[in-house]
Amino acid sequence: MKAHRRNKLIAILAGLALLSGAVALILFALNENINHFYAPTEVKEGKAPLNKTIRVGGLVVPGSIERSTESLYVEFKITDNQSQMIISFDNILPDLFKEGQGVIAEGQLVEPNKLVASKVLAKHDETYMPPEVEASLQKYGHPMQPRDGDESKQPSDKY
Amino acid sequence: MIPELGNFFLIMAFINAILLGTLPFYGAQTNHKGLIQFAHKASTSIFLLMLASFVCLTISFIQNDFSVAYVANHSNTQLPIYYRISAVWGSHEGSLLLWVLILAGWIFAVSKFSKSLPDTMIARVLGVMGLIAVGFVSFTLFTSNPFERALPFIPIDGADLNPLLQDFGLIVHPPMLYMGYVGFSVVFAFAIAGLLQGELDYKWAKWSRPWTTVAWIFMTLGIALGSWWAYYELGWGGWWFWDPVENASFLPWLAGTALIHSLAATEKRAAFKSWTVLLAILTFSLSLLGTFLVRSGVLTSVHAFANDPVRGKFILMFLAIVVGASLILYAIQSSKVRSKSDYTLVSREIALLFNNALLAVSTFVVLLGTLHPLIVEAFTDGKSSVGPPYFNLMFSVFFIPILLLMPLGQQISWKKDDLPALLKKYVWWFLSCIFLGLLLTFGLNGFTFTDIEPMAILGTILGLWVIAGTVKYIQLQSAKSQSRLAGVRKISRSYWGMILAHIGVAVTTLGVVLTSYYSIEKDIRIEIGETVEVEGLSVHFKDFKNIQGPNYIASKAIFDVTKDDDFIAQLKPEKRRYNASQMVMTEAAIDPGLFRDVYIAMGEPLDNSAWAIRVYYKPFVRWIWLGAIFMALGGILAMTDKRYREKKLKKKASQEANTNGQ
Repeated sequence: MKAHRRNKLIAILAGLALLSGAVALILFALNENINHFYAPTEVKEGKAPLNKTIRVGGLVVPGSIERSTESLYVEFKITDNQSQMIISFDNILPDLFKEGQGVIAEGQLVEPNKLVASKVLAKHDETYMPPEVEASLQKYGHPMQPRDGDESKQPSDKY
Repeated sequence: MIPELGNFFLIMAFINAILLGTLPFYGAQTNHKGLIQFAHKASTSIFLLMLASFVCLTISFIQNDFSVAYVANHSNTQLPIYYRISAVWGSHEGSLLLWVLILAGWIFAVSKFSKSLPDTMIARVLGVMGLIAVGFVSFTLFTSNPFERALPFIPIDGADLNPLLQDFGLIVHPPMLYMGYVGFSVVFAFAIAGLLQGELDYKWAKWSRPWTTVAWIFMTLGIALGSWWAYYELGWGGWWFWDPVENASFLPWLAGTALIHSLAATEKRAAFKSWTVLLAILTFSLSLLGTFLVRSGVLTSVHAFANDPVRGKFILMFLAIVVGASLILYAIQSSKVRSKSDYTLVSREIALLFNNALLAVSTFVVLLGTLHPLIVEAFTDGKSSVGPPYFNLMFSVFFIPILLLMPLGQQISWKKDDLPALLKKYVWWFLSCIFLGLLLTFGLNGFTFTDIEPMAILGTILGLWVIAGTVKYIQLQSAKSQSRLAGVRKISRSYWGMILAHIGVAVTTLGVVLTSYYSIEKDIRIEIGETVEVEGLSVHFKDFKNIQGPNYIASKAIFDVTKDDDFIAQLKPEKRRYNASQMVMTEAAIDPGLFRDVYIAMGEPLDNSAWAIRVYYKPFVRWIWLGAIFMALGGILAMTDKRYREKKLKKKASQEANTNGQ
């Protein structure tokens, strides 16, 4: 069964070549497409790169939403309770977008403190806080009330 | 009273699961008939108990029993009755109860429909599923009990079901998906039982195959329904976002697809046995991983439930135990498994090997992209996410060869084939597909050479190639018989299943590619009475009114859409405000069509009577889900093939003979 052995070896080698090629390609593509998350304070400190897709997140500053009367263009500010930054968006905002709500915006910084968003994420669930936003609030601002799974479930505060 | 009863049934189910997860193993080891028989009884009672428990929660919802915290948080007196029922699985606790009910349903089904298996085997299969049930029932009982009372302060009214979930999509999507997720536990249990038994012959594969296919059918439909729901409800016309939770469902689907193919080789040719067993373990592990990602909220996702670290830890531990224990068992026992390898380099075995390698790598690509943020966070404390371009690019890279090889793979013979002869049969078909694909994309491009998208052309050609390949396959198969018709009739049902499923893949591919590259998306400002031209469509804002729904008020706009003076559709998108939660929801209006959808969604009111609206023209978007329906139909054909039924009939006959004899 020598021929058979040889075939098996060829198959294994081909598989290995495919796999290593795949891994190299995957790592390269991953590296190109990672969007790092920055809190507004980090953006202000100049830690975030310009003109590269990143994610930022924070609470929507009440009263900061400015809509254009001619188009969908909208600008608003987000905060981590220490620093603020401007987000601009030329699209329909998600339904759960609200003042005071934790949101994540994905896009590029065009100015040191202004992000042009291609995507704004607000959540299904109004009591939900994106983990990134919560972490940055803990780090830079004053944390919101503790968000224990059980406590946020109590509807009592609404009635 | 009823919630306590539900809780009681759940506790009883837990005790039952513990017994089912232990005694049958002992029974199988010692060949104790009573204990083996017990496995069947426990399976039935676990199912009935879970059903009773689920019904109790449903009754609490129907009766608006707001003393139950879960009901109070996810329902409301104004909620229509059908949404009150679907609200049962509208959030974490209740959906977990549904999950366990479905698991119990699968256990019951295995116990009922696997009479042809040896007693010790079925006892072990049911035992493994019992252990899985122990994990999930205790998860429900100890971390996520839906029956907990909100005493002593009973709210007057409930907090309402999230408006996004007040939709037909919620009624059908989760149950379908869970049927798939949990369904893979059956083939997992078969694999573990087979390893324990030390018997993994072709019969093992033959038993596992239909079960895997059923789970895969549900998974396919569940994912497609989710995609369709996202498209019309929350996605602004998007149908797939590479969101972590979408990926969580896609991973077991990919692995399950690979499993279906390797099971074929294992059953027919006794090849790749140990790989198939490993794949069965991995597929279910990915199901569990998906559960962990969804339930723990570790990743930012549109689906995330309110995050509770305890739940995440519980599932993670369970995942570690299941994966760890099964891999250890695999390491010890798999050396006993002997696969045949009497095939040559040009054979269907090798074709299936390619299929599995490519699907496994695709799974790995999606897995890595999904988990990458967690890995980065663990090592650097930085938060990050992986963007859709990564998934789009990497997934295409490995899916292109899959599509390219598919027509050849389904034609090539087992053991040994003649590659040049095979290629020769297909060369003209392939060239025709290239020609047709170029023509079609050229037409869709408006017969111009500007903005040519190479990926769109490639995708179209490959989609056509897969369809052409199946036609050629039917032609070649039928040519073996005397008359064409007799030949077509001779193709077995499971091969028709394969043909249909492969056509489904082609249809979905065409849908994905054509929608992605030829959609028109425009945001416009429009006033009442105004007509705006959008890329050949004229949109007329005819009327605007406020309406009252059962539990919401809405602004409803009426648009007439025409193209070249031909009336296309009247679309009535809404902006709703729900009474209980005061949440605003956008209801898009869609004119569906086989070849295109017209989609209008209302954005924001601008000055005086003007609105910002979004108009979509999406060619072939329905094909994405149509393909999934084909795949599911293919699966149904394959699992109802004669050889599975014949056996059952024979078994029945012999059983009857036995009972008569007694």
